[in-house]
Amino acid sequence: MHMDLLRFITAGSVDDGKSTLIGRLLYDTGSIKVDQLAAIQKQSKNKGEGEIDLALFTDGLRAEREQGITIDVAYKYFNTDKRKFIIADAPGHIQYTRNMVTGASNSDLIIILVDARLGVIEQTRRHSIIASLLQIPHVVVAINKMDMVSYSADVFANILIEYNKIAEQLGLKDIKFIPISALKGDNIVQPSTNMPWYEGETLIDILENVDVIHDINLTHARFPVQYVIRPQSDDLHDYRGYAGKIISGTYKKGEKVVVLPECIPSTIKAVEVNGVEVDEAFAPQSAVIRLTDNIDINRGNVLAKPETMPKTEQEIQAMLCWMDSRPLVPGNKYLLQLHSKRVRCVVREIHHKLDVNTLEKQTGITEAGLNDIVLVSLKTASPVVFDGYKELRANGGAILIDETAHSTVAGCMLQ
Amino acid sequence: MSSYKLDYLDQLESESIHIMREVAGQFEKPALLFSGGKDSITLVQLALKAFRPGKIPFPLVHIDTGHNFPEAIAYRDKIVEELGVKLIVRYVEDTIKSRGLKEPVGKFASRNALQAYTLLDTIEEFGFDACIGGARRDEEKARAKERIFSVRDEFGAWDPKLQRPELWNLYNGKIHKGENVRVFPISNWVELDVWNYIKREGVELPSIYFAHDREVLVHGEHLVAVSPFIRVDEGDEIVTKRVRYRTVGDMTCTAAVESTASSIDDIVSEINITMISERGETRIDDQVSEAAMEDRKKNGYF
Repeated sequence: MHMDLLRFITAGSVDDGKSTLIGRLLYDTGSIKVDQLAAIQKQSKNKGEGEIDLALFTDGLRAEREQGITIDVAYKYFNTDKRKFIIADAPGHIQYTRNMVTGASNSDLIIILVDARLGVIEQTRRHSIIASLLQIPHVVVAINKMDMVSYSADVFANILIEYNKIAEQLGLKDIKFIPISALKGDNIVQPSTNMPWYEGETLIDILENVDVIHDINLTHARFPVQYVIRPQSDDLHDYRGYAGKIISGTYKKGEKVVVLPECIPSTIKAVEVNGVEVDEAFAPQSAVIRLTDNIDINRGNVLAKPETMPKTEQEIQAMLCWMDSRPLVPGNKYLLQLHSKRVRCVVREIHHKLDVNTLEKQTGITEAGLNDIVLVSLKTASPVVFDGYKELRANGGAILIDETAHSTVAGCMLQ
Repeated sequence: MSSYKLDYLDQLESESIHIMREVAGQFEKPALLFSGGKDSITLVQLALKAFRPGKIPFPLVHIDTGHNFPEAIAYRDKIVEELGVKLIVRYVEDTIKSRGLKEPVGKFASRNALQAYTLLDTIEEFGFDACIGGARRDEEKARAKERIFSVRDEFGAWDPKLQRPELWNLYNGKIHKGENVRVFPISNWVELDVWNYIKREGVELPSIYFAHDREVLVHGEHLVAVSPFIRVDEGDEIVTKRVRYRTVGDMTCTAAVESTASSIDDIVSEINITMISERGETRIDDQVSEAAMEDRKKNGYF
C-alpha cells in the first residue's frame, strides 16, 4: 500500500494542552512502547501526579524537565497505515517566535490549539500570523479542553465565528475546525461520544487524509546544483553529472534548460535517480542531471526551464524573522544562503516591523531584535536565483548567516 | 513515474541523499562514522546512491572500543573491500593508554563513554570538519532535539540551548577552525523505516541481526552475551537461547532479544508488533539515569 509523509507543527503553549495533545496522538496510535510508558509513569509518580501525564512524552532535556518548560523545537514521529507523521513540537510563548518559525518552515500543516475556556486570544492571532507568513498550506484549529466547557456546541460555534475573522484578514485557506479534549481523548483518534453534535472528522482522520500531493509545484522547474559528480575513471572519463534535489517541477531527457544565473541555454542529456537513468524525475526527488553541452557549472547554479523562469536579482525585499540576540542594524553585512548558493549581502533598510499580535506595521524602526519580524531591503554581491515565497514556497526561503560568528541569524521570506 | 507520487521511504531517502550531498558540497574533510550497525550501514547505502556513478568522496571511520561483536568487524572489513572505500580505524584501547584514561569497572564495564575521547582525537588527527553519524531522533529524548547539522565546539560539546535554527531544508555548516559539525542524515527515520528500507533495498547485514543460538547472561529483563568483556559472577544465570540483535553496539552494553526471526521479513514483522522500544530493549547503558544521553552528548558523544 502507498504510504506517504506528512509534516506538521503544533502551535500552542503548555497551558493549552499542546504536550498532552502530542502525547495523546502518540499514545492512541500505539506509538508509545511499554518501557517508555513505564518511565513516564515513574516520572508522573515522582512529580506527585496521580494519572499518567501524557505531556511528559514530549519533554526532552533535563533542563526542561527541571524548569517545566520547552526550550527548543523537538521532533516526534508516529505512523498509521496511511501515513508517516513528523511533528515539529515548537514552544508557543512569545519569546519563542524563532522556534515556531523554524518548525513552521518545513510543515505541510499546522494545528493551532485554542483553549475552549479562553477562546481566540492574542497567542492564537500570533500563531495564525506566523502560519500565514510561512505559507503553511493547511490549518487545523483544534478547540481543546471541551471537557471543561461541558462539551458545549455553542462555545465551539462562537470560537469558529471569532477565528474566521482572523482567517479572513490573513487570507488563510483550507481551515478545518475540530472540538477536542486531548486529556480525555475526544475526537483525537476515537470519535467523541460526548459531542454528538459534531459530525466532522477526528483529528487523525484529518491528518491522514489532507491532500499534500498537490502542494508540490510541478510546473516551475527548479534544480539547484549541490555537487558535481566527476568520477574521472577510465570507463567514465567524460562523465559530468550535476547532483541536486529537484525542489519543484519535473525534468525530462531532451528538454531545454537554462543554467542560472549566467543564463546559458542547454539540453538535458540524461536524468538519473539513484544511479539509474530514468525518463523523467520530479520534485522532491534527489537526482543527477547531465547536459549535452560542456558548460562550467558549479555548486550554487540553478537549472530552470525557459518557459518558467525564476527571478535573478541583486536587490531583494524580504520579510525576515530575526533569530539572534545581537540586533540587526541597517548596513550590517551577512551571508545569504538559498539552497546551495551562498552570497554576501548587506541589509540596506528596515521598512517596518510587523506586530505579530495585531498585524500592525510599525515604521521608523532603527534596528530589529530577537524574534522581531521585519520587512527589509537586501543588496547581494552577485545575482540570486529565487522566486517570491508566496508564489513558490520551495524557492523563496533563505537564511542569513553571521559572517564572523557563523550562526544562523535570520529566516527570510523573499519577495 | 507518470503519477508524480513518492512513498514515504522515497521521500526519506531523497532527504538523506540531499544531506549527504550538502556535506560533500559544504565541507573540506568530511568522514562517515561507521560502526557496523544497521543505521550506519544504511548511511553507507545512502552515500553510495548520492554519489553514483562516482565513489563516496569521504572515508569511513570506525572508533573501535575493542568490545565489538566479531561478526560486526567481519562485516565491516568485507563491505569496505567490496565497495573499495577507505576505512580508518582508531582504537579506544590506544587512547586509554596514551591519555591514561581510567577504565570503567564493574560487571558490564562499558567503554561506550570513552569513545568520545578517541573520536575527538581522530577528528583532530585528520582535521575532519564534518562527521556523518547514524543517530535518529526517535531513539532517545535528547536526540529528538538534535539538529541535522549539529555544531560542536573544539571539545566536541553539544550545547542544546545554542543550536542553530534549521529552516526549510537549508543547512548552515559554516564553522571556525577547530569546530566540527556532526551531521545526521537519517534524523527523521524511525527504527521501522530503517528496517523497511534495508528490506526494500536488499541490503546485507551482519549475521548477528538474525536469530542464532547464543550463550547469554540473564540480567533482569536483558540478555547479555557471555564474552570476555563482562564479569560473570557466581550465581549468575547463564543460558543458551535463540536470539538476535536489534541494535549492534558493544558486547558490554547491548542486549539480545529472544527471537526466531531468520530473514529481514521476519524481523520487520517482529518490529511491527513489538511492545518495547529499541533502546529500552537493547541498551543497558541508557538505564542509568533519565539524562544519560544528554550528558554524554554534552561531552562530545555523537
